[in-house]
Amino acid sequence: MRIFRYGRSALLVELAGTDEVMGLYRALSAAPPAGVVDLVPAARTLLVMFDPARTGVDSLARVVEGADPAAGAEAPAATVELPVSYDGPDLDAVADLTGLSPAEVVRRHTGAEYTVAFCGFAPGFAYLTGGDPALRVPRRDSPRTEVPAGAVGLAGEFTGVYPRPLPGGWQLIGRTAETLWDVDRDQPALLVPGTRVRFVAQ
Amino acid sequence: MIEIVRPGPLTTVQDLGRPGRAGLGVSPSGAADLGALRLANRLVGNPESAACLEVTLGGLAARFAETALVALTGAPTPVRVADRQGFVNGPLTVRAGETLVLGAPARGLRTYLAVRGGIDVPPVFGSRSTDLLSGLGPEPVRPGTRLPVGNAATGEPTVDIAPVPALPDALELRVLAGPRADWVTADAIRLLARQSYVVSPRSNRVGVRLDGPPLERARQDELPSEGIVRGAVQVPPDGKPVLFLADHPVTGGYPVIGVVEPADTDLLGQARPGQRVTLRWLAG
Repeated sequence: MRIFRYGRSALLVELAGTDEVMGLYRALSAAPPAGVVDLVPAARTLLVMFDPARTGVDSLARVVEGADPAAGAEAPAATVELPVSYDGPDLDAVADLTGLSPAEVVRRHTGAEYTVAFCGFAPGFAYLTGGDPALRVPRRDSPRTEVPAGAVGLAGEFTGVYPRPLPGGWQLIGRTAETLWDVDRDQPALLVPGTRVRFVAQ
Repeated sequence: MIEIVRPGPLTTVQDLGRPGRAGLGVSPSGAADLGALRLANRLVGNPESAACLEVTLGGLAARFAETALVALTGAPTPVRVADRQGFVNGPLTVRAGETLVLGAPARGLRTYLAVRGGIDVPPVFGSRSTDLLSGLGPEPVRPGTRLPVGNAATGEPTVDIAPVPALPDALELRVLAGPRADWVTADAIRLLARQSYVVSPRSNRVGVRLDGPPLERARQDELPSEGIVRGAVQVPPDGKPVLFLADHPVTGGYPVIGVVEPADTDLLGQARPGQRVTLRWLAG
């Protein structure tokens, strides 16, 4: 664990990988240290934002270093099932890149249980980890100027669903009709850090 | 009710934003110059959190259906109310049926118009701010947009004119080093501290882009995305710094080499395209 100062009201905690980030995120979410106002998990880091009137860099760093990443692991996480039509424009390209048949790509994509590691890029966009390592593919060489809402894509170690039409370079293998982001819901993002996700072929 | 006659180049509804939800993917948004918004609200007896109009480069014309007490802060513009000359940084009465017209600011970029009672559009996650990056909150105002006035006032106006220091010709922003300062060369940091930059016209509420000598990267590998804060100084592949403002994305994939000091982020929100900027580097 390395802790960097990030302005006057945040620390950036760098960890070995998304599992460690998720562990620390859960631990600090389960028992938020005094003065912490937001936690932003990402691929290798957890941004800890605080109110400098209520805590300081040194005391907060000590709390973070002493946090037990296993502490929040037992927190019950919601499981979301996303029905997907596997007819994405890059399904054949992903099959070529992985040396698998399109049907095998679908079988492996639906065979894993994913966890939302972090949100970002746009409201409601979640980076899901836990996928089959055989499905790790690079982003497209040339991003699309608009990816439709509900598109299910792959990029590196992540899979994700576009919450609304956005530019994007992920390899699109399918689409879901579920609403990923709805400001009229109490919790507008369907997928938040820690949520478990399964994809079901339609 | 306030009816927008002319919005000027860009006018949005803003308040103190939606902090505390970045982990769920929601940017903080809110006024680019929070101090000016707070002052405008205090001048009309509102809580500091009431929603105002953020007027970019002046040009606003707004007709008031009912008599209202208003205040203008931030970038100082010429002000007219009907055929009377108005002023900034103090409470001003606009009578029913009159139109308030703002000219272009000589300095600064964003002028805040508070109305006693606050602008009462429906809040999204506790804020009425327009987030231009994620599309949350009300649309930017257009000719004909009607904005209800609420009853948020909690006190009586007590100040006729607030003493406000003039916005500077050239901006000097203090930047605290970290967390990825080592992703650019030591020469780049020296260059950053010595050279002056110019605010790019491609700047917006997401970030202020600087034109000037590019900063040389010490590392060419890709940084996995990580959290962003207001004031973060990011160095994209072209080496020209981006200083993030209110509608910043919650995560980003380019190294953040420092953060604008909290006391200077409101000045950053007034950075005007073409304006000269120097960054004072504070080693961590």
